Amino acid sequence: MFAFIVSRVLQALPVMLTVALLSFAMFAYVGDPVAIMLGQDYTEAQRTQLISDLGLDQPFFVQFFKFVVNAAQGEFGLSYRLSRPVADLIAERAPATLELALCAAALALAIGVPMGVYTGLYRNSWLSRFFLTFSLIGVSLPTFLIGILLILTFSVWLGWLPSFGRGDTIRWGWWSTGLATWSGLKALILPAITLGLFQLTLIMRLVRAEMLEVLRTDYIKFARARGLTNRAVHFGHALKNTLVPVITITGLQLGAIIAFAIVTETVFQWPGMGLLFIQSVGAADIPVMSAYLLLIALMFVTINLIVDLLYYAVDPRLRIGGGKGGH
Amino acid sequence: MSDIKPILEVRNLRVEFPTRRGLLVALDDVSFSIAPGEVLGVVGESGAGKSMTGAAIIGLLEPPGRIAGGQILLEGRRIDNLPYQDLRRIRGREIGAIFQDPLTTLNPLYTVGAQLIETMVTHLPLNPAQARAKAIEWLELVGIPAAAQRIDSYPHEFSGGMRQRVVIALALCAEPKLIVADEPTTALDVSIQAQVIALLKRLAREKGTAMMLVTHDMGVIAETADRVAVMYAGRIVEIGAVRNVVKHAAHPYSSGLMGSIPPVSRRLDRMQQIDGAMPRLSAIPKGCPYNPRCPKVFDRCMVERPELMPAEGNLAACWLYADGAPAAEAKHHG
Ligand SMILES: Nc1ncnc2c1ncn2[C@@H]1O[C@H](COP(=O)(O)OP(=O)(O)OP(=O)(O)O)[C@@H](O)[C@H]1O
Ligand code: SF4
Ligand SMILES: [Mg+2]
Repeated sequence: MFAFIVSRVLQALPVMLTVALLSFAMFAYVGDPVAIMLGQDYTEAQRTQLISDLGLDQPFFVQFFKFVVNAAQGEFGLSYRLSRPVADLIAERAPATLELALCAAALALAIGVPMGVYTGLYRNSWLSRFFLTFSLIGVSLPTFLIGILLILTFSVWLGWLPSFGRGDTIRWGWWSTGLATWSGLKALILPAITLGLFQLTLIMRLVRAEMLEVLRTDYIKFARARGLTNRAVHFGHALKNTLVPVITITGLQLGAIIAFAIVTETVFQWPGMGLLFIQSVGAADIPVMSAYLLLIALMFVTINLIVDLLYYAVDPRLRIGGGKGGH
Repeated sequence: MSDIKPILEVRNLRVEFPTRRGLLVALDDVSFSIAPGEVLGVVGESGAGKSMTGAAIIGLLEPPGRIAGGQILLEGRRIDNLPYQDLRRIRGREIGAIFQDPLTTLNPLYTVGAQLIETMVTHLPLNPAQARAKAIEWLELVGIPAAAQRIDSYPHEFSGGMRQRVVIALALCAEPKLIVADEPTTALDVSIQAQVIALLKRLAREKGTAMMLVTHDMGVIAETADRVAVMYAGRIVEIGAVRNVVKHAAHPYSSGLMGSIPPVSRRLDRMQQIDGAMPRLSAIPKGCPYNPRCPKVFDRCMVERPELMPAEGNLAACWLYADGAPAAEAKHHG
């Protein structure tokens, strides 16, 4: 088990280094950090000073090495735009994005899985057909359009829910949460639906397809032939066998949710990392952009590790393989 | 035999598949019965309807397949028209089923013990601890070594032969009166087929369980079954005591089949000795369905369909045994 985790972490290192190289390249070669930081009026002496301060006169690999060491310590320098440490900016914004993404994912799972099971079991009922049609809409409408439609309906016409921002937040240490206040919760609803809807329909269609597949297998036929109750057959035997692909996709989608929260955050002016990223792109704020890139990569890698561990828990066949691999 | 009340009685069973290109009749006018403790062998080429018959009996025809006519009686009680829930209580409890491929019949995510316990708790008044003790007993009974340890193993940790033993334990653990075994050894290594069949036969005898045994292996039939039914194109073409059918097959199709048994019992997948192929369900010929391939075909075979009739001590669906058939030289003598 431990060996398994170590081997996965080792496998993840090259990925992280590649992303680090990309974001470093962006940092060092896109735009001219010196020109951006010096502004209009400067002397040649100031310029050389800054270049050596930033280490830009050193060989590429020395610079890259320093960048990696700093990044590993969460040190990404100053934002050009806000002149504040990038790490602080991200720490401020991360809770908003993570809360939004996790709520969206929870919503997608809590509704998508039961809908998938239902449509898989009763595939000819009118409710199943309705769900499937509805899911087509979820898959084909662009996120920003869904967001705008929701705002129009629930904020503009009905006036029930706020159309932007995060509501009141409460601080727990460095973490600020909107989950503990009424206005925070209300503000979360529309963005979470907007962000989760696509994943919800995706999970529903996936669970449905998997259920249909599993229900055809011999072990399900044999479970029925043993006279097990429908409940045991559907939820004990069938659903559990659909979990491995569902876990994979959910894991990948959670990464995607965090990465693509950008659109939702922009539509709802949600003060998260995505909004920060978009504002940074507008201002060519390279340090923030490269830090964001690295952070997203780190999240994908971590989620993949968690997905692998869950497999391990669900499927005994992998346990044997993993046990052998890990000695 | 008529004085013993049969465990299973199938009367004029007809199974249909409505398809887009018309109605397919997969089973037509299938009738047979199985007495308590009796083993009925069922043979026939691929697609003859053997599995379909088993599926109809356990009530697990795959939609859109459905029973369109006839009756299935278990100890005199009709079960073909029971609601799903009532039939569910019969499956596993009164009729056990064994499928062909032990690699796919066990759920890979549960231990064999969990699957046994689940089955017993569903049907018998046992608490989980009692069921676990019984599960170990069953594993011992089917010959799993170190059953007390192996009970917590997953299916993939067993070999194919061992898994089929587990499947047999699962089919028998609620002590059904009838077992429907559909090619229980076809997927197994040749070297262990005999062991598994011997186990099945021994357990059925000890528990007094009747069995419908579908197989391609005439050797197995000869050794295990009391009676045998030969199926062709969704019908029974001959049925009778095993010795008699093997020695004096009356129907030209069964005598072709028997002729194709090698002297030593060997498994046959296709009966190559008979020329031609079984007709598809959508193209069953008029008259006797065997007429395109039958060496003894005569004019009546082309127009009228034969019912089962006494023939050489068996029942055979063949016009050769009706009054006024062509000369006696047509009849077969082994
Ligand atoms: N879903 C279906 N729709 C239409 N026809 C079907 C369907 N399932 C099976 N059949 C047909 O029913 C017939 C009987 O099939 P069955 O599986 O009972 O054959 P079998 O005797 O068990 O053959 P095998 O030795 O290959 O197992 C076959 O001709 C098959 O093509
Ligand atoms: S009825 Fe005719 S065609 Fe059919 S098996 Fe008998 S002899 Fe052959
Ligand atoms: Mg079959």
